[in-house]
Parts: sequence; C-alpha cells; structure tokens
Amino acid sequence: MRVAYKWLKELVDVSLPPEELAEKMTMAGIAVEKVENLAQSLDRVCVGQITGMEHHPDADKLWICQVDVGTETRQIVTGAQNVQTGDKLPVAMDGAHLPNGVEIKPAKLRGVPSNGMLCSTGELNLDPQDWSERSQNGILILPEDAQVGQPFAEYLGVDEYVLELELYPNRADCLGMINVAREVAAIAGGALHLPAWANGIEPQLPAGEVATKVTIATPALCRRYAAMLIEDVKIGESPLWMKQRLTAAGMRPISNLVDITNYVMLEMGQPLHAFDVAKLAGNQIIVRPAQPGETIVTLDNVTRTLDAEMLVIADQDSPVAIAGVMGGLNSEVTADTRSILIESAHFLGSSVRRTSRKLGLRSEASQRFEKGVNAANLVAVLGRVATLVEQLGIGRAVGPVLDSYPEPLAPVALELHTAKVNALLGLNLKDEQIESTLARLDFAMHWAEAGKLVVQIPPYRADLVVEVDLIEEVARLHGFDKIGTTLPRGVTTLGKRSREQGLKLAAKKSMAASGFTEVINFSFSSPKALERLKLVEEHIWRRQIKVLNPLRDELSVMRTTLLPGLLETAARNVSRRNLDLTLFEQGYVYLPTDPQMLSLPDEIYEIAGLACGTVPKTWNQAQVTQDFFFVKGALQSLFTDLGINNYSFISVKDIPFMHPGRTANIMIRGKVAGFMGELHPEVVEAYALPGNTYVFVLDGPALFAAAEGKVKFSPVPRFPAVTRDIALLVDETVTVEKIYRSIRKVGKELLREVRLFDVYQGQQVPKGKKSLAFTLNYQSGERTLTDEEVTKLHETIKATLDKEFGAELRQ
Amino acid sequence: MEQELAALQLEAEAAIAQITLLEGLNELRVKYLGKKGLLTASLRNMGALSAEERPRVGQIVNTVRDVIESQLAAKEEQLRLAALASRLAQETIDVTLPGRTFIKGNVHPLSQVQEEIEQIFLGMGFTIAEGPEIETDYYNFEALNIPKDHPAREMQDSFYITEEILLRTHTSPVQIRAMEKLVPSLPVKLICPGKVFRKDDDATHSPMFHQVEGLVVDKGISLADLKGILLEFARQMFGPERQIRLRPSFFPFTEPSAEVDVSCMLCGGSGCRICKGSGWIEILGSGMVHPNVLKMGGYDSEELTGFAFGMGVERIAMLKYGIDDMRYLYDNDLRFLKQF
Repeated sequence: MRVAYKWLKELVDVSLPPEELAEKMTMAGIAVEKVENLAQSLDRVCVGQITGMEHHPDADKLWICQVDVGTETRQIVTGAQNVQTGDKLPVAMDGAHLPNGVEIKPAKLRGVPSNGMLCSTGELNLDPQDWSERSQNGILILPEDAQVGQPFAEYLGVDEYVLELELYPNRADCLGMINVAREVAAIAGGALHLPAWANGIEPQLPAGEVATKVTIATPALCRRYAAMLIEDVKIGESPLWMKQRLTAAGMRPISNLVDITNYVMLEMGQPLHAFDVAKLAGNQIIVRPAQPGETIVTLDNVTRTLDAEMLVIADQDSPVAIAGVMGGLNSEVTADTRSILIESAHFLGSSVRRTSRKLGLRSEASQRFEKGVNAANLVAVLGRVATLVEQLGIGRAVGPVLDSYPEPLAPVALELHTAKVNALLGLNLKDEQIESTLARLDFAMHWAEAGKLVVQIPPYRADLVVEVDLIEEVARLHGFDKIGTTLPRGVTTLGKRSREQGLKLAAKKSMAASGFTEVINFSFSSPKALERLKLVEEHIWRRQIKVLNPLRDELSVMRTTLLPGLLETAARNVSRRNLDLTLFEQGYVYLPTDPQMLSLPDEIYEIAGLACGTVPKTWNQAQVTQDFFFVKGALQSLFTDLGINNYSFISVKDIPFMHPGRTANIMIRGKVAGFMGELHPEVVEAYALPGNTYVFVLDGPALFAAAEGKVKFSPVPRFPAVTRDIALLVDETVTVEKIYRSIRKVGKELLREVRLFDVYQGQQVPKGKKSLAFTLNYQSGERTLTDEEVTKLHETIKATLDKEFGAELRQ
Repeated sequence: MEQELAALQLEAEAAIAQITLLEGLNELRVKYLGKKGLLTASLRNMGALSAEERPRVGQIVNTVRDVIESQLAAKEEQLRLAALASRLAQETIDVTLPGRTFIKGNVHPLSQVQEEIEQIFLGMGFTIAEGPEIETDYYNFEALNIPKDHPAREMQDSFYITEEILLRTHTSPVQIRAMEKLVPSLPVKLICPGKVFRKDDDATHSPMFHQVEGLVVDKGISLADLKGILLEFARQMFGPERQIRLRPSFFPFTEPSAEVDVSCMLCGGSGCRICKGSGWIEILGSGMVHPNVLKMGGYDSEELTGFAFGMGVERIAMLKYGIDDMRYLYDNDLRFLKQF
C-alpha cells in the first residue's frame, strides 16, 4: 500500500515529517518498507520559457536558446527541432539528476556554452501519451498555463512523499487511506478528520428508476452485494488532483469514472466495479459459480475459460465479470455509456485468491478481496462514489441502492482482563492505562467490572478475534520497548543433545579431522541425477518422490541418496579447476513408504563422501594420490570415533557404478551398512572427474545403532614387549584379512599387536605372488616373556601360515 | 731439575695453546702425562735428588702436572664448545620455510553456526527436538493456526508432494510434534533446528534453508521472558555489547508477534552499510504462542503461556562472516568452504 503523505495529512493531523512518522508506524506494527520522495529526481528542474532562438553558427541542427527560468535567463543549446520561441518547457539546470540517470553540468556544445537542458518526456520518465501532440518527438511542450520558474515537481503535483507500507496479512484494513489515518492517529496522536461515509453513514439518494435485479446464488462465496445506479454519465478525463493522487498511489488514471472507483478503493479499501447497464442482458446481476468450460473475454481482451470453482457476475445470458478479479469486455464502460451500475461487494477471499491464481490475474482489487474487505461498509462506500460523481459532474447517482445481504455480520465484543494483559506481557499496567491505550484506536468500551474491559470491535478490524489479539494492540501501542527483560523462572532444565544428535555431530568432526570438507547440497535434485550411475530399473534409489510444483526441473525430485549430489558438486568444482577434492555430506534422504504417498516417507540419515585428485607435493612432502586406503582409513577413524568395533570390509563386485575389483561393502554387526571404493571409470568419465575417484555411502541408523561409545580402561603393560618380524610370499589372491585372522588365532592373548608394514610385488617376487611383511608384538600382562617361549610361539605362527597358505617364508 | 720442569711446563702450555683438534689434545696428554710421557720421565730422575730436595721437587712435579691437566681440561672444554657451536651453526635452518601440511577438513559454515546456536540454547537449558522435513499439511499449517485458504499461507510459498503432504516451510511443525509427545510435562523448553523449503531463489533467498525454532511453555511465561532469552542469545552470538529491539509483526501461530532486531555488530548502532544506516539488523521472528497452537499441542491455553521464536541459520551465518550472497552457501565451491 502506497500512502501519499499530503493526502494522509488531509485525513489526520500529522506533525511528524515523513521519515519520523514511518519509523513510529513501523515500531507500532504498521511496517513502512520505505519512504519515497517523488520529487527527488526532479530537483533542479523547473518550468522555463524560450525567449529567443538562433541557429548555432557551426552546427545546422543545433539551436541556441535563451530560456527564462524565472530568476534569470539561461543560454541553453538544444538539438531538438520541435521548439519555438514562446514555448514553455521543463528545464533541467546544472546539478539536476534526472530520473533517467542523466546528470546535468554546464557544458560547451561546438564551442557555445550551454547552461542546462531542455527535457523530453523520456528524460523525465513521463508517459508521452499524457502530453500534447507537439511533445511526442522532442522536448516536452507544456500547456500555456504553466508558471515560469515553478519547480517542475510542484507543477506535476509530485512534490509528495509516499510511505510504502508492507502490510501483514491480518491488516488488510490498512489497504485504504481512511484506516491508515485511523492507525496514524492511534500511533502518532493527531486528530482525525474523517467524513461521515468513512464511519458507515449511508447515503440519501434521490429516487430514480432502478430496474436491475440482483440475485446471489451462492451466499457462501458472496456475503453481500450492493450496487448503485448512475445516470446521465459523461465519460471524460479526471481532474489533475485526482490523477496525481492515483499516480502517487501507483495507479494509472484512465477515465473519470474508472478513476473514481479506483480512488474510492484507495480511500476505503473497497474495490468497486462499473457495468454499462445497457449491456446487462435482462437487466440482471446474478452472482453464481461459472459453468465448467464457460468463457469470458476480460477487459484485457483475453478469452478466459472458467471452471465451476470460479465465481462470476452474470447477466441472464453469460458472465459479465469474474467476481473480484476482472470485468468482462461485454459490459465495459465506454465513451457511449449513459447508465452505469457500480458494484460494491464482499466476495470470499479464498475464492478470489484461487480464481486469480488459476487465471494468473492479480490486480489491486483481487488483492484486497483476498485479504478481506469490510462487508459492513459497502453501501456507505457507494455514497462516497455518489458524492464524487456529483462533485466532478460525471452524472447523477439515484436510489434506491440495491443491497443483498443475506446474513449480516453480528457486532463483535471482546473481553479484556487486566491481569492477563500484565501476565502475558510481563507488565504492571493499571486499568486506566489499558483503557487509555486502547482508546487511541477509537474503540467503544466499558468496564464490566474492575479488571475486565468489554471492547466493541469495529467491523473494519476483522483481525481482532480473541482476547490475545487485543493484548497485542495494547502491547504495540504501549510500546514493545517499554517491556522489560526477564528470564523464565521455574524448574531447572538440563540442556543436552540426544545420543543420536551427539553422534551426528561427532561424525562431522571425525570426517573433518580426517581431511574431508563438508558440503550441503539441496534435498531435491534433478530426476536425471541417477542417470549416469547405470542403476538397474528396480534399484531402490529410483523411487524418487516427485515435487508437484518444483522451482525448476533440476529441483523436482527428492534425493534418495547423497551420492549424485556429491558427484555433481565434485564435477562443478573440477570445472572451476578445484581438482583435489575430499568432500562429505550428512543429511536425510527420502524413500516413499507408499506409492500413492498417502503417508509420510521414510527419512533416512546418510553419511557419504568423495575423494579424488592428490595431496599436492610440497618442499618436504611427496605428492600423495588419493586412493582406496585413504578413504578406508578415514572410515576406520570414523568408526573408532563413534565407538563402533564390530565392522569389516568385504569385497563386492556387483555395484554397477563402482569398480568391481576395488569396492567393499561395509559390514557392521554382520549387516551391510554401506559401501566404499573406487567409482567405475565410466562414471568418472560421465561426470568429467579428473581421475580415479573414491566414494563411500553409509547408512546412519546402522552406524548409530552399533555405536557403543564406551571407553573401557585396560592396564598399561608393565612388562617388556618382544618384537619379531615375519616376511612371507603368498598367492596374490590371499587376502590380508585371512592372514591376520590366522596369526591372531595362534598368537592368542600373548600377541598384543600385528602390523602389516610392507606389501610388495615386482622384481624378485614371482608372478602371481605377493610379498607381505608383518611386525608381531608379543607381550604379557603378568610377566616378562622368555626368549624361548616367544621363539616357540613365533615358529608356530610361521608353521601355521605355511600350512594354511603355502606361505613361503622369507628372511 | 727445577728449571727443566719449568721449561717442560712452558713447553706443554705452548703446545696446548696451539692445539685446534680434540685428537691433538689426546696426543699431548700422552706426550706429557702418559706412562711414558715427559713428566713421568722426569720423575725417574728424582732418585738423583737429595732427600731434602725430593719432596720439594716432588711437589713441583705435582704442581706442573696439575697445571698441565687443568690446561688440557680447559682446552678440551673450549674445543668441545667450539665444535658444538660449529655443529649448531651448520644445522641452522630457514625457519620461514612452510610447516608440514596437515590436511584438515572443514565443517560447513552453516553447520558450524547451527552448532553454535544450539550450544547457546543448550547452555540455557533447552533440549533439541527434531521432526520430518517432509510434513503433512496438518502439522505444517493447520495445527499452527493457519487453516486452508488463510492468507498467511501466501507468505510461505510451499513445495507440495501431494495435496496433503509438502516440504515443511518452517521448523514450527516440530513445536506441535514435540508438545504432543511431551504433554502434560512442564516446562516445555526446546529448540528445533533443521532444513526448510520455500519457493524462492535469489541472492537473499534459497529454496532450501535452515531454521532454528525455539519454544518455551510453562506457567507464567511472559513476553519479557522472551526478550530476556533473546537478549542473552544475541549477546552470546554477536557480542556482549549487543542490544535487541522488538518490532510488532504478524505470525499466525503467535500473538503478540514481533520481529527482533539486534544492534548492528559492525557499527554498534550508529549506522553503516550493513545495517543500511538504521543501526539495527533483523535476525529473527518471535512471539507469544497463540492459544490455538497450545490447544493443538494438547496444553491448557487458559493456564499456560509460552513463547516461540525462529531464526534463519543462513542469515546469522551471513552476518557473522560477512557473506553477501546466500547462493555461496549452497554452491559448495571448495575455495569458499575452505575459508571456515
């Protein structure tokens, strides 16, 4: 809502300058988004008159003009060909910043000094259509009556400030100047000067022949329908003052009658519509739902197809308007119109909203209906129209006013308890303070008993429904800043994370400690996100939940795994030459529980990551290329940090987007809890990643269920350890896991630690074999081990390895 | 004899003075003090001396030995220190060379800020509640006093899955879910962090973003309590000098409702580019829980009151780090993420 300051001052005494008023209104709940000085860009522009013209000596197309600007005569060089001596025109003087961005400075044109500029409509952001024929190609030529020397903003009537209100949905009442004035009076304290019709006083009209018949077929969608007949209509232009106010409020002047309906809407918040009575078939107004498939050509000359959920105003044959949204061309007021019916109605907001959305048609009117208009005031509003029609000499309003109001709204009274006000706000107000605060809103009220106020709610404040609504009025008018700060008293509560919340956080910190950087991708993705992963048709990841109304196709399905998001993020980074990536993400993925989506989906927490590229060489460290074992190490760290012990990595060959020889399922407590490994080279290529890429995907719930998080102390050994190495040659297919298990089985509790310190294939190792070297650490918690017993145990281990794997021992 | 010894001492002293290597020093020790050394040899001539002279000369021999020994020791220490100094000098490194690189990952700035917010409220005795990101219309709207066709639904353009299921537009539905679970125990004192979704996409709006919602319900909770908790939060988050101010606002699920501004952390309130000259920066929305919402959660709206607040984690993070475009937060460019 754009509130013109000068206009406002006619309705309420305001002593505060616009900026200060705006601040005060904002702090009292009527947010002012900005204050616009309409004249700002016309500063240093005034009305001037050409007193003499001659050709530029060095340029055929330039004129040297002497221009009277009131205080002086200025020499201005212009290239315009539409001006002549005696013309009045807008002159921009040095220092002006024109609306089109041009800055005016003294200059020389082909050697001749020029002190200013004659302006065109374009340079002033004015609509050329509003000006004379001569102004169309060149400088704007003003009418004779323009005063030389007058500031141009004043001439245009735009020496005005506009307060742009950002209204909350509950304050639709402030979509009209009258109610804004009421708010300003309550907030800033000036006296109101409201005309009688603003207070609901209905007009006394001379009797005429009103033959139109109004029928409301669907009272649920149209609470009240009032209409007034205007005869002997003379369509023409509106007076300047009305045009200026409409323009300041952001509306375009059209014709005197349409302008009146818009002007009254801006005053009262009530949208109005004008029908040419002669064009209403059967002289009927029927408010009814549209028939499915019924069409209407709206005022913007577009054919609209309607459905049964849309409310229309129809004559006996066909729709003449879409209720609250837009009128029809078939009943449009034209220059030939003689009799007009002005509609002032209350249509159900939700119905107007649905219709205007479906048709993609939003207007000042539809927005007001959507938010709710004041049904009690419809006839009084027509009285205001009648006054203006008479004042402007457009025609003659005649009675009786047609008024169909099947179920009038009952007046609302609310009880307000002083104790509740104080308890809810943390204040200590007395009865009389509460009364005087609410009195600023001009509500009628009385004390039913001490501490219990009964407040009559005027019909334009439909937002006040329950007691807390009134408490809010007290709070905002008393001032939120006058409320103190305390802390809640009562039982002490413990602030703590749940076990799972703690584990999620621990996982993030663990991954970061291992060198992985967290990314956050959108929870929705492209339906094509899985295309490059070569998934089978029935893969669970393909069960993507669709968004009905996505922002765009790339954000139209809910993710079923974090992996594609990570791959796309990696690809985007790689395209920007961020080639060395170690990324992870934690978050929910969504799987339907029901194909029809009749119930909420499962939301499953996932932890996933990706590594590619290298850790670059530095002066004292060689380059390290990311590999399977880097990622595996990070996951082992993660499991340690979460307190997960019982896990293993088992080779898996059938994940279609993974390298069949370099991928492992991660088993926790015997169940698959995720996988990790090298991305299939074709997938790497599909995402244009720079080389071998390693990924992992873990199931959060499986991890969290296995996380024991228990740390148990074991004594620090007091007896010395004995270290022995074993080097052996085995078939390259023998897994290290098996050898470990075998060593441990024999070594039992005396074998404290086994560590693989070398794996070698190549020179001196026969083809098909690999050389492995382990360090074994023997130690007892009770005594110093003797050389003989260690040797004996070590030899047994060697013998076992020889027997089980045909391991050839190397020295 | 005495003269011989004196000459021997002088000779030894001169020889020691000339020595520059530890090995040379050992040679001198052998030469003068060894079993076959010169001093030892002079002792052999003691037999030729009279009984009176013998102790006196013997003493001289001992003195000479002591002098030579102490000189040798002093020289040895001198040489050792010189050798050490020279070794240390050779070991000098360029301390300006870069240190060893530890590859450290970074937690996303939004996660960091969310954790910081959580930590502040945990310290004030709040627990953390969570709820589904895909919600029913009932929890997301109706239970929050936003019936179908309420104009407030337009404030939050929603992504729908079906007519009844949508991506939650705020974390407020968790309020209802938490109350349903907790009723009738008191006090209710929790925050609900999480992802939310709205149909917006520009420099200051993202179709997915993060909120932290707060809810307190008990006997005698007032708007002053809300101000107290939020002031404490603002000071812990943005510095002990911060002030807050409440501006009346509208949310269907609170009444009265207020937007909360914090005094500008950059200029302290005098007005600057960040606060657009006003000295205040909007950080969250809040209010007293609407009686209808308490009822929906199963609590007695006559006996109990409560407050609720909700903030955007992105907004807090952008203010904290001076990020001017929200899209950075979801672009996941490594050069951005590595700054936090």
